[in-house]
Amino acid sequence: MKRWRIARQINGWLFLLPAIAFLTLFTYWPALKTLVEGFYSTARPRRPAHFIGIDQYRQLIDDPVFWQALSNNAWYALVSIPVATGIALVMAIWVNDRVPGRALARMAYFTPTVLPMIAVANIWLFFYTPQYGLLEQVVSIFGGPPHNWLGSSSSALAAVTIVAIWKEAGFFMIFYLAALQQISPVLAEAAALEGASRWQFFRRVQFPLLMPTTLFVLINAIINAFRTVDHIIVMTRGGPDNSTMLLLYYVYQVGFSFWDTGYAAALTMVLLALLAAVSLVQYGWLDRRVHYR
Amino acid sequence: MSALASRSPYAPKAGGLVAEAAASWLLAIFWILPLLYAVWTAFHPAEFSTRFELAAPLTLDNFRRAWAAAPFARYFLNSVLLVALVFGAQVILCTLAAYAFARHEFFGKGIAFALVLLQLMIMPDVLIVENYRTMGTLGILDSIPAIALPYVASAFGIFLLRQTFKTVPKELDDAARLEGANDLQVLLKVYVPLAKPVYVAYGLVSISYHWNNFLWPLIVTNSVESRPVTVGLQVFSSGDQGVDWAIISAATLMTSAPLLIAFLVFQRQFVQSFMRAGIR
Amino acid sequence: MDRRNFLTGATALAGLASGRARAAEATEITFYYPVAVGGPITKIVDGYAADFEKANPEVKVRPIYAGTYQETIVKMLTAHKSGTPPTTSVLLSTDMFSLIDEDAIVPIDGLLKSDADRGWLKSFFPAFMENSRTAGETWGVPFQRSTIVLYWNKDAFREAGLDPEKAPANWDEHVAFAQKLTKRDPSGNATQWGTQIPSSGFPYWLFQALATEAGTKFMDEAGTHTFFDKPEAVEALQYWADLSQKYKCHPPGIVEWGTTPKDFFERKCAMMWTTTGNLTNVRNNTKFPFGVAILPAHKQPGSPTGGGNFYISKKVPAEQQAAAVRFIQWMTSPERAAQWSVDTGYVAVRPDAYDTPTMKAYVEKFPPAAVARDQLKYATAELSTHENQRVTKALNDAIQATLTGSKPADRALKDAQVEAERILKPYR
Repeated sequence: MKRWRIARQINGWLFLLPAIAFLTLFTYWPALKTLVEGFYSTARPRRPAHFIGIDQYRQLIDDPVFWQALSNNAWYALVSIPVATGIALVMAIWVNDRVPGRALARMAYFTPTVLPMIAVANIWLFFYTPQYGLLEQVVSIFGGPPHNWLGSSSSALAAVTIVAIWKEAGFFMIFYLAALQQISPVLAEAAALEGASRWQFFRRVQFPLLMPTTLFVLINAIINAFRTVDHIIVMTRGGPDNSTMLLLYYVYQVGFSFWDTGYAAALTMVLLALLAAVSLVQYGWLDRRVHYR
Repeated sequence: MSALASRSPYAPKAGGLVAEAAASWLLAIFWILPLLYAVWTAFHPAEFSTRFELAAPLTLDNFRRAWAAAPFARYFLNSVLLVALVFGAQVILCTLAAYAFARHEFFGKGIAFALVLLQLMIMPDVLIVENYRTMGTLGILDSIPAIALPYVASAFGIFLLRQTFKTVPKELDDAARLEGANDLQVLLKVYVPLAKPVYVAYGLVSISYHWNNFLWPLIVTNSVESRPVTVGLQVFSSGDQGVDWAIISAATLMTSAPLLIAFLVFQRQFVQSFMRAGIR
Repeated sequence: MDRRNFLTGATALAGLASGRARAAEATEITFYYPVAVGGPITKIVDGYAADFEKANPEVKVRPIYAGTYQETIVKMLTAHKSGTPPTTSVLLSTDMFSLIDEDAIVPIDGLLKSDADRGWLKSFFPAFMENSRTAGETWGVPFQRSTIVLYWNKDAFREAGLDPEKAPANWDEHVAFAQKLTKRDPSGNATQWGTQIPSSGFPYWLFQALATEAGTKFMDEAGTHTFFDKPEAVEALQYWADLSQKYKCHPPGIVEWGTTPKDFFERKCAMMWTTTGNLTNVRNNTKFPFGVAILPAHKQPGSPTGGGNFYISKKVPAEQQAAAVRFIQWMTSPERAAQWSVDTGYVAVRPDAYDTPTMKAYVEKFPPAAVARDQLKYATAELSTHENQRVTKALNDAIQATLTGSKPADRALKDAQVEAERILKPYR
């Protein structure tokens, strides 16, 4: 019996090993190396990398573009996460109810998920184009004033945020839909017998039961808010005047067009720290409030 | 499932139903609009890409020009190889790891699991600079494996399969072992078949993610032989001479067609897989 | 198969075999070229390479098409760092300092042996050489080069009561024409803008045209000092911002580079500033008569040059470098330069190319093709410094800040200058 236990121990590790090896090579090790790189200057042919302590981080604190990217990313996340999640829930409830044409609606909601962001961003570019773009054509029918959506600092970030919401809400809807359909109909009957209104039923029964899904969706939405920059590359390249600069896009620009890997490492660390903080909150706080197996 | 909804006392009736239907249609139209636009533009001559007249002549010329303008056949092949490689490797690695977490007791399991969960947040997408360097060291820059490798061990996949494997009744496991099956055989004969819907659902997520992934492939590839469709599409649409939406739309439809058609054909199965997979 | 056919086949095979043997002794040069594969330009370049091999059987040329300029330089530098660079490549002229800093290229003059060869470097338009030289050495050879020109819609000019054959000659005319050309609907929304200068992506290039016209330079020849906050530069940026903010004859905010030609085709703007490389595109897509002119002058006419140069890699054997020189000389000969200009719309890089029969016939048939050449005598080097991308970004941000109204021109340019000073300090 004991030998069997040891065999299971060894098997357990053997099964885990390949995955851990890849995770180490492409996640943990690069993360650690990024931390170290952040304390070195960028190697140039005539000046090899040398230890410079926290100089990269000092440069970061003085870099207005970094602060703008941070605040843009914060706004982008604060708006896109709740809105996309909320729309996804509404979509799921509608599609779950017996409205006519719901199969078509479900398909329409989900379609953006399967289209490549890089391709649809080009199409959204047309929607936002001044004068003859679709949005402008619609606005002018209603007599609204013309607006250069992507070309003004005031609206460019909102415009790219809408694209992100549009792209991911349908994906989240699927998870809510699956969860809604697993709620026992007996609960609805019981609530109706108690005389609960539809809102009360949603608030007291459906929403709490959907909590694990909401958590799952929120985590995904947070991750997406920090890793999706495809539409930025196509639509604005961070402009005008950095008003759509997001952290990951800045990392990309510093790393692959300025070739300043040391500074890119420092920027990546900020991104990693933010994501780590989010995971801590998730494990420490949300986990206790959500029933999880 | 429609039967369930109809019995619910909270299903909307009469006026409520009309309002809800109208709202859901309105949202649906808004959501599908970019695709409708792409279809319109792709099938009409370029001068109609900003004008919507019913009399506009139909044409397939944009598709022909798009197909001729870039080696899309090669890009398709690359993308297919890429998603097959990623998903194939993910299935193997994640199944093994999930089995270890779900049904084995071993030293350091708790820490190992926490480390895996960490990757849910600290994903390869943000480690582009270091991973680029790693690929350079390995000497595989500009190749399809270089695009795939950072994603093959997926924390999401491991987590998902672990949850599923945990719901498999212990009795089935014991019975198989009594019949003399070894650890690996139990996994293949008992756990994997029961988790089939999860594999389908996970496959959908993984394939659509990697078919559409852009930033990392953009960084590691620079030749036609390794570029997936997304990068090919971008190289081709970022011209010096301005945007031609007619061709871009045609190319967009071409590049998304495989996923779009697969989704339309299998959408019922997909949703049901998600439900049975219990991703929630 | 009869006997005769068999013999012919055998002879051909033998010929093929000897051809192979010859090729094995030949020097092979690899040639990175920035274009997406499959376009018409690849066929043209393949054709040139084949013609060159025919004339020079001891050299084999292998063109490798590497995508955009940005991708090509990444690929070139990656190959350089791994020790297997291409023999020669066509990259942006503005990448010169970056390539020197990476120790990736050699000066061309060091590879030239005879006086005739050295004379060859003097045969190009001086404006193109400005971006190809630093500290007395020539690092790049002009090949596919462009400048900015003004395109105008002759119908729109006629409707506005302007002479359809006359483009604005100076800044004041430019504003006056543009104001006349701006059409509005009853509610006051513009349905046609007078003029349009794109400002997304690389606004510094367009801005450099205005600044040159206002009479200032952006950088020194060493690429270590910039002069973004000179009063003339401020005046130029103010003029650009005023077009929309004060004179209301230019769309507000940032104008997308990619959609500008489309705006012109759709008659949403009556004049546009864009690259000569758009000539063929405009010619094929406009449904109205259009004109092409050199940019309006202020203190002087002017435009920066743009586009790509040939570079020769450092870490390749000397005989390959010598073969590359011969290839580049062949590619930039007057006849070839003329043919290239006709085929692609790029500017022919040397004055004598315009005296060739090919070019004369082309210009006669299509006079706008000569406009870029006429502007070259006023052209200046495109902004290029050490850490070029970073310095350029500082200036781009400043331009966009002013055009979107978030910073006045003088402060924005002052900020960009401070940032450029910080970046360039280590290189002085």
